[in-house]
Amino acid sequence: MTVTTPLASSFLQSESFIYVLYIVAFALFIQGLRGLSGPRTAVRGNRIAAVGMAIAIVATLLQRSEGNWGLIALGIALGTAVGVPAARNVKMTAMPQMVALFNGVGGGAVALISWVEFRHYGSTYGSRKVGLPVGEIVHRLGGGPNVLGVLTLHADVGGPPTYVAIFSVFAAIVGSVSFWGSNIAFGKLQEILPGRPITLGRAQQAVNLLLFVLAFGAGIALVAGTHSELLFIGMLLAAAVLGNMVVLPIGGADMPVVISMLNAFTGLSAAATGIALNNPALIVAGMIVGASGSILTNLMAQAMNRSIPAIVAGGFGGGGVVEGAEGAGEHAGSVKSTSAADAAIQLAYASRVVVVPGYGMAVAQAQHAVREMAKELEKRGVEVHYAIHPVAGRMPGHMNVLLAEADVPYDQLEEMEEANSEFGRTDVSLVIGANDVTNPAAKNTPSSPIYGMPILEVSDSQSVIVIKRSMNPGFAGIENELYYEPKTSMLFGDAKSAVSEITAELAQL
Amino acid sequence: MILASTLTTNLAILVLAGFIGFVVISKVPNTLHTPLMSGTNAIHGIVLLGGLLLLGLANLGGLSKFLLVIAVTFGTINIVGGFLVTDRMLEMFKSKPKPPPASGEEGAAGEGKGEERS
Repeated sequence: MTVTTPLASSFLQSESFIYVLYIVAFALFIQGLRGLSGPRTAVRGNRIAAVGMAIAIVATLLQRSEGNWGLIALGIALGTAVGVPAARNVKMTAMPQMVALFNGVGGGAVALISWVEFRHYGSTYGSRKVGLPVGEIVHRLGGGPNVLGVLTLHADVGGPPTYVAIFSVFAAIVGSVSFWGSNIAFGKLQEILPGRPITLGRAQQAVNLLLFVLAFGAGIALVAGTHSELLFIGMLLAAAVLGNMVVLPIGGADMPVVISMLNAFTGLSAAATGIALNNPALIVAGMIVGASGSILTNLMAQAMNRSIPAIVAGGFGGGGVVEGAEGAGEHAGSVKSTSAADAAIQLAYASRVVVVPGYGMAVAQAQHAVREMAKELEKRGVEVHYAIHPVAGRMPGHMNVLLAEADVPYDQLEEMEEANSEFGRTDVSLVIGANDVTNPAAKNTPSSPIYGMPILEVSDSQSVIVIKRSMNPGFAGIENELYYEPKTSMLFGDAKSAVSEITAELAQL
Repeated sequence: MILASTLTTNLAILVLAGFIGFVVISKVPNTLHTPLMSGTNAIHGIVLLGGLLLLGLANLGGLSKFLLVIAVTFGTINIVGGFLVTDRMLEMFKSKPKPPPASGEEGAAGEGKGEERS
């Protein structure tokens, strides 16, 4: 237990000092997140959290004593080389994919770390009863003299106690699910994979349950003392397939829920790793992320009036989507189509216009064009606001980021409740690439799959203009009654070019 | 006895952190949910610490070292990328505490990519 290092360095490496650094780090995380409660303090908040992270990393590097510096440098260099350009260059419209990807690598890291833990300590899982003397265990585990003190990996007790194995195995399973689930989500959002639900039909839930049982069964066997690395790999694989199976059936419109949920998973698995490694910074940070992810998951599910299990069990039903798409032509006669010139006149003589953006705006990258149009309208004294549904787009807050990128003033963004109370005195609602979040069926048609989902009540306004590429129903595959209302006119076309045309017409009026 | 205290202390930290997380995150407005996600994303990159700690052990096999280097790479991507991208997003939100736009130049300021306009 003796540390034979010079005095200064032994102070820096003392367990209390390192522990204090960890406390500072997680205090900074919490303080940083508090900053996110408003747009003005948010940038600083994020930087405070980043400083906390730097401190946590320095603290960790201080306490290690064996070699492998080269490998650490290599990993960090590789990660930086990948992460920095990705973060610099990603378009705001591609943010959901980016978040999914970053989330995935986090989960992957957790799973890999648990795997190495198993390789290193697995032979003692389930054998704590043996009660070897501390020094012996430390030696057997290759930890060398106990320079790490309180923060030592498991060496302060007779071998890694059972709970360490439990948390480590839990982290491995959840991390693996999160890694693969996030990758699938990335694939869907990046349109490498089809965005529509991909399901096994009725067998889906049985298969998922089986995989779940397999993964956890293997985990329990490992904790109980089965020293087989193959079993561990099998467990990771079962969890990996489960991650695929859980996300593949989920349709694009449900992505906000999935991304939030995977975020929560990665956080919880990090917290579990923290307990397994006896590291307070990991525990706190992981748990906060877990809490954040859970809150968002809940909010998103509420905003769709759907339960989380129902979403995880599969999108709006694989079959229903196709049927909805086929039935789309039925009402076609009663839709009123308009031109950019007419729309421009309608907008120019309004006193209050509300823009309702949806995923279509993101796909068409129309946010700047929308902002240009709004400026043109504001020049004419038209009051322009933006009504944002919580699940518009593919991740929580997706629309807000895009509009912020286009320099839309923060105070023109209205959340759903505020917006709904104002539609009554709105002259024109301009729906840009949003569909299900405006569908009155959610209020009026009990048989509709989205019945009960809170919507933006655009039909309360005097008139509605919908910019849409075609009459195809949205991701949910549900007919939108809004389009057949007499006050609604449809402007068919790509969101960006349609909005630009309106702007051009406005300029000529 | 010692075992119980390490575990229970950590569990206490876990539970308290959960409550703090709920309180703090509940105050974040809908508008900032995307930066919140990417910010918390960056924070869970803290699993990097796990990789660093394990790399510090002696007697690691080749495969273990390989896995850990990947884990450290992943963790670093997560942290560096997450914080940077969040910073980028939040800068956009911050750049307009101005009164409702009367000036024409304001659009030009935030215009990194001209080709995205029409």
